[in-house]
Amino acid sequence: MNKLLKKSLLWPLAAVAAIGFLSVGCSSNGEFGSSSDAAEKVYVAPGEHDEFYGFFSGGYNGQLGVYGLPSGRHIYTIPVFSQTPTNGYGYSEETKSMLQTTDGFVPWGDAHHPELSQTDGETDGRWVFMNENNTPRVARVGLDEFKTQEIIEIPNSAGNHASSFVTPNTEYVSAATRFSIPMDEKNMENMDVSIDSYKENFKGTISFIKVSDKGKMNIDFQIMMPGFNYDLSHAGKGPSHGWSFFTSYNSEEANTMLEINASRNDKDYIAAINWEKAAEYAKQGKGKMMPGKHYRNYIDHEEGGVAKSEVIEKVRVLDPRKLEGIVYFLPTPKSPHGVDVDPTGQYIAAGGKLSTVIPVHSFAKMEEAIENKDFEGKEQGIPVLNYDSILHGEVENPGLGPLHTEFDGKGYAYTTAFISSEIVKWDIETAEVVDRIDVYYSPGHLMIPGGDSQNPDGKYLVALNKITKDRYLPTGPEMFHSAQLIDISGDKMKLLLDFPTEGEPHYAQAITADKVKERQKRFYEIDDNNHPRATKSEKEARVERDGNEVHVYMTTIRSHFAPDNIEGIKVGDEVYFHVTNLEQDWDVPHGFAVKGANTSELLIMPGETLTLKWEPKKPGVVPFYCTDFCSALHQEMQGYVRVSPENSDTPISYGTGE
Amino acid sequence: MDTKEKIWMAIAALMLIGVYFVPIWSISMDAPQYPEGIGMNITVDNIQGKQKNDLKNINGLNHYIGMKEINPNSIPELKVMPYIFGFLIISGLVIAGVGNEKWILFWLGIFVLLAIAGLVDFYIWGYDYGHNLDSSAPIVVPGMTYQPPLIGSKQLLNINATSLPHIGFYISLLSMGIASTVWWKSKKD
Ligand SMILES: [Cu+2]
Repeated sequence: MNKLLKKSLLWPLAAVAAIGFLSVGCSSNGEFGSSSDAAEKVYVAPGEHDEFYGFFSGGYNGQLGVYGLPSGRHIYTIPVFSQTPTNGYGYSEETKSMLQTTDGFVPWGDAHHPELSQTDGETDGRWVFMNENNTPRVARVGLDEFKTQEIIEIPNSAGNHASSFVTPNTEYVSAATRFSIPMDEKNMENMDVSIDSYKENFKGTISFIKVSDKGKMNIDFQIMMPGFNYDLSHAGKGPSHGWSFFTSYNSEEANTMLEINASRNDKDYIAAINWEKAAEYAKQGKGKMMPGKHYRNYIDHEEGGVAKSEVIEKVRVLDPRKLEGIVYFLPTPKSPHGVDVDPTGQYIAAGGKLSTVIPVHSFAKMEEAIENKDFEGKEQGIPVLNYDSILHGEVENPGLGPLHTEFDGKGYAYTTAFISSEIVKWDIETAEVVDRIDVYYSPGHLMIPGGDSQNPDGKYLVALNKITKDRYLPTGPEMFHSAQLIDISGDKMKLLLDFPTEGEPHYAQAITADKVKERQKRFYEIDDNNHPRATKSEKEARVERDGNEVHVYMTTIRSHFAPDNIEGIKVGDEVYFHVTNLEQDWDVPHGFAVKGANTSELLIMPGETLTLKWEPKKPGVVPFYCTDFCSALHQEMQGYVRVSPENSDTPISYGTGE
Repeated sequence: MDTKEKIWMAIAALMLIGVYFVPIWSISMDAPQYPEGIGMNITVDNIQGKQKNDLKNINGLNHYIGMKEINPNSIPELKVMPYIFGFLIISGLVIAGVGNEKWILFWLGIFVLLAIAGLVDFYIWGYDYGHNLDSSAPIVVPGMTYQPPLIGSKQLLNINATSLPHIGFYISLLSMGIASTVWWKSKKD
């Protein structure tokens, strides 16, 4: 959706881009090729490891892609918001609950912004958070096992775009609604009203999710906001610790043809939120507990690896019109998109996507303006600061359609220009452009490992491009998107590598491999498997009937199942195969698939138990087999289930070898 | 034997207590599919994987070629060995107390004989495991046996097995060395 919007909004300007080039000045690197020593710089010898793990949101595939940098190799895909047949995520009985929402089971998501957890303003390798835009949710993915461990739904939100950004110690993950909706202020109900009553009825919310040391997420409070579209965010750090910044567009509060109607105002706003103060209010019981039904789904290997769902009915809502000092508006030209805080925490750069400059606000000036009540007015009860009073500077000639900025920790900022397809490097202090490089084509986000933290690894930059054409073998109308790796270690940016990515990655983050590798889980201890239907040895393998439910307690080990011959199943039964992988060796998952089952296979990690539900529809003998090539005798890893007619009296029997 | 020699003999006996806490022998296996290595250590009363699940995984691999499961509980030697070392420690202490150097020679003789018997037993154990294969095993390579080397390295299919003494063995050697020195010194006196 976001892509479409950008395209439809910005493509008309593409023609202007050519003229823009002439007047703005040509990019310094006129060619899209890479330098001659590039191959050497991205080469990772066989058996060697990449220096960084990159986490790329999958956009409309709802997943999280893991890439090695600098090689650009695709390492793995972590299923997060979408059912994934690769390992049965969202299909198996253990993981189905992860995709539960108040709208029921939602098997797909639109994943946007991965964000690594931080400690003291630095990435710490514990988790990656990721938001889902369409059905507002935030996920927490554990980097110990590269699995989604928790998903929380965001209530009173209608599109979770400005998410999931963390505060410097992962105190909070923030989330803001992209679409405002008519909300009754008494009970936050989405009202049945005319859409053109937008201005009087529509509201937005910004949510702060508290994260415990163990990772557990809960919505600590929401802030009721004017009915704008909230776009992106970043938390303050250093001197601006305690604040978060959210861009908004459509301060016009238009409800139709936004490409024209939401582009009228010369300035929209960045909402500066004092979350520390808001958290204090919340702690004092200020605001109101309001309806806000939402799901929290979590999976925990200490609890058997079975996902559980809990429903939370209420949420604390703070009203900035009544609780002073928690929200200020910073006027920012023209429909700002990204908002990025530099590593020192002093400057807030906005990507004014229709603006011809990059406005950079000064946090110190903002604080001073608040102190002096230097307001140019109020917007729906929220103080609006004076643009000129808070401005650090405007970066001139930043290319057309500046969207996102990341930092290298050496005093430079890098901004993607969507329309003019380039990355522009500028000096944060002087706000002067010092270098630019063409990218191929139309970059959205960009990423420097740790580039939104207080300590970036300013060696590489990845441009996340929206269009791939011409870069790889053409595949048909749809091509996945391209990423470009750029060397930023010297004065001049140098293109090193193109690599394709899956889905439409929006944002990405990266972390040095060393922070993750040592904590990586290799297998699950079978002794610690607390799954209620685990089978911890072949001797315990069995089949039990309970009415029309049949539970098969099955084990797998190279290269056989126990049992591998099952009889006494009847048409109309609900058969649950609870398959435990007895292996205790790294990298020996076993798969399990039954002919004609209406879900996906299972891929069971060593020491894990997963359950496949199967409802046989016709009599006969049905094979099952291992789907993951596990050993020289993998092909022999198979078995049969005999299915008898519904009213037959075939007794349950099973074989576990001779 | 003078007091100093008695003390040294007592040390030679007492240091054998250390054998209870460290492996005596070690078998390591290298294979391309185990870049992190896999192997087992033999202690005075047990066989343990070098990593937590190594023994389980070795048994898992062995079942393809029809080797018996290595089950420490069913190996009688592991039940006897703690007593053998107990006997050596106590008899060594008695000799140190009595102070008769001829008894040291006797003690050393028994120790060496036991050590040789141990190695022979270990060889026979390895021979049995490597040769008595289940004929219904999935993989039967004609003429192939899987006896690990007594000492040194040997290629067994894709696995390179290395068998070497471990700290417990060297403690025993040191104990013998000290006892020999005591005997030599006291004989000259
Ligand atoms: Cu298998």
